[in-house]
This record gives sequence, C-alpha cells and structure tokens, in this order.
Amino acid sequence: MSTTKMTGANALLEALEKQGVKHVFGILGGAILPVYDALCHHPKIRHILARHEQGAAHAADGYARASGRPGVCFATSGPGATNLVTGIANAYMDSSPVIAITGQVPSAGVNSSYMIGKDAFQEADIIGITTPITKYNHQVRSAAEIPQTVNAAFYIATTGRPGPVLIDVPKNVQSETAEIHFNGPIDIRGYRPPGNPHPLQIRKAAELLLDAERPVILAGGGVITANATDELLTIAELLLAPVATTFMGKGAMPEIHPLSIGNIGMHGNPLANKLLLEADVLLAVGTRFADRATGNLDTFCPEAKKIHVDIDAAEIGKNIEVDVPIVADAKQALIAIYERLIQQAKKKNDTPWLQRVKTAKTQLNPPEKAETTELKPKQLLQVLRKLLPEDAIVTTEVGQNQMWSALYFKALKPRTFISSGGLGTMGFGFPAAIGAKTACPNRHVVDIAGDGSFIMTEQELACSVLEDIPVTVIVLNNGVLGMVAQWQRMFYKKRYMAVKLGKSPDFVKLAEAYGAQGFHVQSTTEFEKAVKAALKNTVTTVIDVPINSEEDVVPMVPPGCGLNQQVGDY
Amino acid sequence: MENQKTIVIAALVENKPGVLHSVANLFRRRNFNIESITVGHTEQKGITRMTITVSGDEKTLEQVTKQMNKLIDVIKVTSLEPENIVTRELALIKVSAPDAKTRSDIINCVEVFRGHIIDVSPETLMTEITGTPDKIEAFLNLMKPYGIMELARTGLTALSRGIKSIKIDE
Repeated sequence: MSTTKMTGANALLEALEKQGVKHVFGILGGAILPVYDALCHHPKIRHILARHEQGAAHAADGYARASGRPGVCFATSGPGATNLVTGIANAYMDSSPVIAITGQVPSAGVNSSYMIGKDAFQEADIIGITTPITKYNHQVRSAAEIPQTVNAAFYIATTGRPGPVLIDVPKNVQSETAEIHFNGPIDIRGYRPPGNPHPLQIRKAAELLLDAERPVILAGGGVITANATDELLTIAELLLAPVATTFMGKGAMPEIHPLSIGNIGMHGNPLANKLLLEADVLLAVGTRFADRATGNLDTFCPEAKKIHVDIDAAEIGKNIEVDVPIVADAKQALIAIYERLIQQAKKKNDTPWLQRVKTAKTQLNPPEKAETTELKPKQLLQVLRKLLPEDAIVTTEVGQNQMWSALYFKALKPRTFISSGGLGTMGFGFPAAIGAKTACPNRHVVDIAGDGSFIMTEQELACSVLEDIPVTVIVLNNGVLGMVAQWQRMFYKKRYMAVKLGKSPDFVKLAEAYGAQGFHVQSTTEFEKAVKAALKNTVTTVIDVPINSEEDVVPMVPPGCGLNQQVGDY
Repeated sequence: MENQKTIVIAALVENKPGVLHSVANLFRRRNFNIESITVGHTEQKGITRMTITVSGDEKTLEQVTKQMNKLIDVIKVTSLEPENIVTRELALIKVSAPDAKTRSDIINCVEVFRGHIIDVSPETLMTEITGTPDKIEAFLNLMKPYGIMELARTGLTALSRGIKSIKIDE
C-alpha cells in the first residue's frame, strides 16, 4: 500500500478533501494552530470564520440539512470545544450528519510532558462531554490513524440514522510526521446499518394498507434524510391516503398537494391532528413519535393499526406500540411496500375517505384571504411564500416564529424547511441559514426569526457579511420572549416574569453596524417591498417587522392533552 | 414496581478506552438500573466481555439491548436466558474471629459452602466464596453474627450452557 510522509494536520485536511469536503466552519485557537497552518496549503477547502463556535456548529448543521452532505466544523480545545456542544446536541437530536473536529492539548510533547489529564490550559474532556450527544466520538493518538478515523467518521455520520461525530486531535498529533496511507478499508464490526426491509413485514404492511378504509401516512424527518419523498408521494397517490408530516418531516410532502394535510402536533394543523386520529391504518415513516408530535399517547390513533418504518431499531416500540415494525431505510422500505401494493391495488379516482379529507380541508383550512393590513404572522408568512421561489430555503429560530412558520409557511420541497426540532435551540436559524447558503449559493435563504432568538447568534452577521454569504433575516419582533410569554399568559395567569425584551436593540442599526442592510417595515406592503429588495440584495438583509406582543400561536394542543383537544382556529 | 424482572446481558465490546464510559453513560442517561457489571478479556483478542445484570420492566429491558446495540464500540449484545445459563459471583469476606471457638465455627461454615480460608490473623479470618448470588447472600447471613469487617463482591458473571456461545465471527 502506498504511503506518504506528512504531518497529522495535513493528513486530516487531505482526508477531508478525499471525502469531498469543500467548506469548513470554525474558529481557531492555540490547540488547533497546526491544522489552521496546514489550511494554507489546502486551497480546495474554504474555511469560513464564525464568530462563536456555536455558530460554526449550527452552520455545519444547516449545510448538512440543506445539501444532504455532511457539514464540518473546527474548534480549538477547551472553551472552543465546549462552545460547540449546543450545536452538536442539536444535530444529534435532529439526526444531522455534522463532523466536529476539535484541537486538544498535547498527549505528549515538549519536555516529554503529557498534558492530557493534567488540567492543562484550555483543556476540557470533550470526549467525555460529548459522549451522550454524538453518534460516535474518538480521540486520535497518532497521525497515522487520522485518515482511517476521518473515513470512519463520515461513514458513521452519514449511514443508518445519521448523527454528529466528533474527532478530538491532540496538538502533538497534528504536528507529528508519519507515514500516512489513505485507502484503508472501513470495517467497524460493531456498526452494521440496517439493510433491506424484512419481506414478511413488508407483506403484512401491504395487506393492512390494501384493506384500509381510512389510511393515513405520517412522514417524519427520516423520509427527507432518506431522499424518499417521491416514493412517499407515489404510495399516497396510489392509496389516496392523506399525508401528515411531523415537524421534522415538513417538506417531505409538497404542502399544496391535495393529499397534504400539514403537520401534526402541539402546534399542528388542525386538519392533520383531526384526520390522523380517524385513521384505521397508520403508515408512519422515519419518525420517533416525539412527545410534541403525538400529544397524550392514550388518545393517539386509538383505532389505527400502526405500521412503523424506521432505520433505528431502538425507535420501534420506544414511545408507542406498533403492529408492523419495519427496520429499514425509508426509501428501501417504501419501494418494497409499493412493489407489493401495485400487484393488487388498482389506481382509484375517489374513495369516501378522500371525500372526507376534502370536506375537512375546506372546513379546517379555509382558503387564504388578506384579512387585515395589520402585521400578522400568518399573513406575513403567506405573503413570504408567494415572494419566494419554490426552492428557496427557509430556516427558523425557536419559539413562536418557528411554530407560526410550521403552521403557515408551506414547504414545497424537501430540505427547504430547516429548523431545530428536537433540542429547540434558539439561535439556530441564522447560522444554519449561513450554512445552507454556503451549500446552495444559487438559492435564496431566509431565516424566519424572533427578536429573542436572533440576538443569541446575531454576531454571525459579521461572518455572513465578511465571508460574502448573503441571507435574509426576518425578525418577527414582538419585544418579548414570545412562546414563554404565551405560556405564562395561558398557564400562569399572566404572571409575566423575565420575558420582556423591550425595543433593544434597534435591528436596523444592528445590521448596519455589521455592514449588513436593515429595513423597518410598518405594513404588509412595506414588508413585501423589503423582502423583494432583500432577495435582490448582494449583502445580508435584516427585516425588522413589529408584531403584537400578545399574539398567541394557535391552534394549540395544551401540554398533557391529546391531539383531539386542540384549541384555537387555524 | 410492577412487572419488574432482572436479566443478565452479555455484551462483547471493543477493548478500547472509553467503552465502559459510553456503556455506563447510556445506562445513566436513559435511567436504566444496573445491578452489577463485570468486565474482562475474552478468548478473542481485542474483545472485552461485559456481563451486566439489569432490572426493569419488559419494555425497559428491550430498550436496554436496543440502545446498547447502537453504540459503535459495542459489537454484540445478547440477553441471556436465565434457565439456560450458569452464573457465578465471587466474594471476599473478612470476619472478626478473636478466639478459637469462633474460628472453628467459621471454618465449618466455610467448608459447608465450599469456600476457602485465604488469610488468617490473630483477630480475623478472610474467606473466599464462589457461587450464585443467592448462595453468597446465604453465607453472608451466616457470617453476620460474627461481625463482617470488610466485604468485596465481584458482581455476577455468566455463560450459557452447552455448545452455544457468544462470539464474534472473524
């Protein structure tokens, strides 16, 4: 096998290049200097300087979700590494393939000092810290093992149920020279991602679906991850089954399709929440039945036979009991189910169930109308949809802005709605937008933000302006931490505590301070104008939209209630 | 708690730093209850065997094996069937034995339990007992009146009977 003599740092970058990495988000520091020095010799990798490591991790996450390719971030040891933690936890909860590479204090080196474990300057046990929030992590002990480790990291991060992988590289390992070879086979005996679905379970699933009178499909994030949206649509159209999505599954089904019934969950579309509970057979694909999606489990689809497709065997039977478990990649499973169905099913033009879906849709999702000139989130998001091309990518922050977006912004394609689902990380949307724009430079990327969330990672304006990665930020500015204020209003008798943000900062001035452009808008017409200007802009644009601070996100399933107990109108 | 049972899990894992940490961490994080854990080398190079006794309801125990299987450095997880395994635990017990009468009484007990006296001092006897946890409990009950000064138990380890074995295909 051919080997080349080089440093660990060069081996790392070369291995990343061989994995097709073109962008890295990060911030340097003492313990990762050799890697940054080696970046000078690797012009094919573009380093994007974040202003906080959390931003770098979220950007890598946004990059991964928009493109389907792993996103990479770098940080130094100690605080650099711990600042990545929120971003890594976020990627873990939403099964996003992020590769985090951290510098570490030397494992051996000058004066034969072994610094790991000695509480050295900027030392943190990042392997210990990230064990519960990574799919895998590993500290390399020699330069020679770097290529193999990188290859394994990419393999683990992107196969099976994807997830973040962290590689910790002590500084002396970055500097040491060794004989390196790149093409070793990847063989991880403890890791075998599921293969083809079990034929017996596929047959059972097909039989249930063929006999179903009221089939409903529930698509989770796994459908998007597996690039299985076409297969899903084909089955839905064959069975005339309405498709609901989980929050993470938003975009798995074009939301203007007649069979699309929207998101389920706490702030789900009433149409989805209602029809799902009427199902006699539920085909759930790539979802973990999260608590925010199912509501109280006692009233969740009581009459339905449940088919559960997931690539992670541990998700089956974890939260709900199912009748037909299928452990497989969503795409493979859906193809197999379809092949089975098509042998017996005839394409139908109409069913009583389809009529029910249509009637429910007219009742529960009345057509859009411009109700008011007041700035209302629902209307703003409907206007935004009209202004954005189909393939534009929307990211959101977390809280009311996010739930309004889930309810009223219709996603038309997979990977165009990117949001922090599991962890609910405020401050995710903006750096994720920068990541998404880096992956898809020819598409528009818009972060739908709240004033509370945007502030949390607003420093990345510097990154987006100076690295020339223009995105649009729409700040739905209600001057409060809106979602918690809503809970205090609804469940704590309006005892507002620590939710008022006031009018600070002035978001236009803030944008300008970073060299971005800002607009204040006072009406829907001004909003339209500002969005149009932003889409033409070559620099990042922040649109500050004042909204009523007491505006609630409704409809809502109160905590502890079932999906049948939703309150408020769509 | 209702429907609680105890099972023995045998896991073959990579002999690498941090594996014990990830397994222990998984149990802590998911609120699984470890009764005992023993770890040691196997007949296969580079592979460590963990024998974990865990209690919980049916659903929890199913999750334990599924979640353990997700750990990359865990190669194989098997839930051992209680009727088909041999289990053993070893205990070292230091008992107060200041006079000849006590000493001889204790030695008698040790013989009945097929243990060994492995250290003698003017004031104490140290005994070694191997057996199922029940047997060890029984012996400890006998020793209590004499005064147990120090006790170290290894925790349970187990193998399945007959030709069946848990191995990694090489």
